[in-house]
Amino acid sequence: MTHSLAIETQDLGRAYKIREAKKKEAKTLVALRDVSLQVPRGELFGLLGPNGAGKTTLIKILTTLLAPTAGWARVAGFDVARAPNQVRPRINMVSGGESSGYGLLTVRENLWMFAQFYGIPTKPANARIDELLATLKMSDRANTKSSDLSTGLRQKTNIARGFLTDPQVLFLDEPTLGLDVGASRDVRAFVRGWINADRARTLLLTTHYMVEADELCDHVAIINQGRVLACDAPANLKQRLQREAIFHLEVSPLKDSVLPMLQALPGVCQVTHHPADDRAALDFILADESVLGAVINTLTQADIRLLRLDKRAPTLEDVFVNLVGRSIEEVERADPSPA
Amino acid sequence: MFNLRAEIENREWVPWRSFRIATWLGWQIESNWTDPFLFAVYSIVKPLASALILVVMYGVITNGDFTSPLFPYIYLGNAFYMYVGAVMTGVSWSVIDDREHYKTLKYIYTAPVDYMAYLIGRGVARVLTGSFSVLITIGCGVAFLRVPIHVAAIDVPLFGVTLVIGILLLALLGVLLAGLTLVLAHHAGYLGESVAGALYLFSGAIFPLDILPAWLQPIGFLMPITYWLELLRRALIGSVAEAFPTLAGFSNAHLLLILLALTLVFGVVSVLVFRLCDQRARALGLIDQVTNH
Repeated sequence: MTHSLAIETQDLGRAYKIREAKKKEAKTLVALRDVSLQVPRGELFGLLGPNGAGKTTLIKILTTLLAPTAGWARVAGFDVARAPNQVRPRINMVSGGESSGYGLLTVRENLWMFAQFYGIPTKPANARIDELLATLKMSDRANTKSSDLSTGLRQKTNIARGFLTDPQVLFLDEPTLGLDVGASRDVRAFVRGWINADRARTLLLTTHYMVEADELCDHVAIINQGRVLACDAPANLKQRLQREAIFHLEVSPLKDSVLPMLQALPGVCQVTHHPADDRAALDFILADESVLGAVINTLTQADIRLLRLDKRAPTLEDVFVNLVGRSIEEVERADPSPA
Repeated sequence: MFNLRAEIENREWVPWRSFRIATWLGWQIESNWTDPFLFAVYSIVKPLASALILVVMYGVITNGDFTSPLFPYIYLGNAFYMYVGAVMTGVSWSVIDDREHYKTLKYIYTAPVDYMAYLIGRGVARVLTGSFSVLITIGCGVAFLRVPIHVAAIDVPLFGVTLVIGILLLALLGVLLAGLTLVLAHHAGYLGESVAGALYLFSGAIFPLDILPAWLQPIGFLMPITYWLELLRRALIGSVAEAFPTLAGFSNAHLLLILLALTLVFGVVSVLVFRLCDQRARALGLIDQVTNH
């Protein structure tokens, strides 16, 4: 059975009732609200948002781990709540930043076992394991016990497990979390190669790395506080900011009173502040370039020295700031709890 | 070219496949005896030590009357009760093991796996290691404590059938506990031990049910483990086991029928409870909740 849409959700919602100690009434925490998405087959689709935005909750629902409390979702044409047994053979998932797996089994045994769970006979399973380990540069670790692997290699084994079954729809939840730069690059190249090799494959990737989403995804949904704020191709999302002027300034450390003054200037759409020890970085989205003069005047009058000024093309980070009003870092600092 | 996707989507016999692979995994975990000393402690010394405590207590209370039929009654009841902990707790513990320790539960749960068959498969290795402990304990009882088992007098068919039904029953009770474990994110680790401990009192493992207060005895009569232990004793030591009035009025066939009927009832209840708990855990988002307890 084939479907033009690999993933489809309509008004999908998830609320948790949380009962705090010694309090009679339960509090309702809405992790996901009114999420309507359509992901065609063959697409690498990104969910971009800070920790706690609802990305993992959405993946849990789509992979049949969690029941929605509102709306519906279909994966590979099957309702995740009503027909989980139809969904499961067609999907696989990988969560980043964790050390899962049976440490007393070797890498090959772990992967073979999961291949068996999916009904793949031993011979093709072993061939697939060899292929994946070679691609992930882990062939020499096939017979190493998982407990003897570094965190990064365990994460790579987990990634191999996800790709092992060549699923119709693969869910990658922050796959490069905790990996070093080189390993992250390898994983991104592998992911892109996998999706390009067969247009029947679909991949949903969650990330809070803007560059990763920009580099990999055909379409991106920006999600914050359980809501999808925008959904489009990365280029189209950035296109929305083409009329605005985006500047990156590095200045001497800011006094507390300066930021509100900058935010209040006419024509300043957004400003985000990244403080460092001996300097501060300011990212501006301005209505047009002429506003820059007022910005620099304000800084000069406040005895702030301008160290560097760049005009740059819009990024997904700017799109996020434009939609949410704060950068991903700022949102995570304000509410560090992951969802 | 071999088509992985087609193979996965069209394969049948999911319960058997899940059971088979889980059995393999369970054995890999249980047989990971990298330290022979630890293996000896867990499989030989621990069961023998617990049996010895009981023997000493019995000796003190009865002034060393090891010829009474009560002694083999207690000794065998205690020995076979090891299966209860091993199988029932073994099945339910797999949930905690996969969820908390190996962090694989979500990957197994979202695979095309029959999770109930998987859990039962994980318990098989515990049956094998449990059998080893039971065998050692009974062997020592016969060799050193004069437990009156005579190989020629053993009712082998009755013993075999009873053992198989009992292990199946314990596996199904393990499934029930596994269901409860799925919805109990906290303190689930104590569940198996608590239930096994409670059943120890009410199943005639170490004393006949007549010793219990009259109002507690019905609990014992409702427990299939009571009839299972009685049949195992009868199969091994025949008339000695029949010396106690509690179940003396029942023939072996009667007891077997009662055991079968109760196994069926408890089995159906276990499966229903497991399914309900599974749905509840999914609704509450507890399937992959790690407490790090």
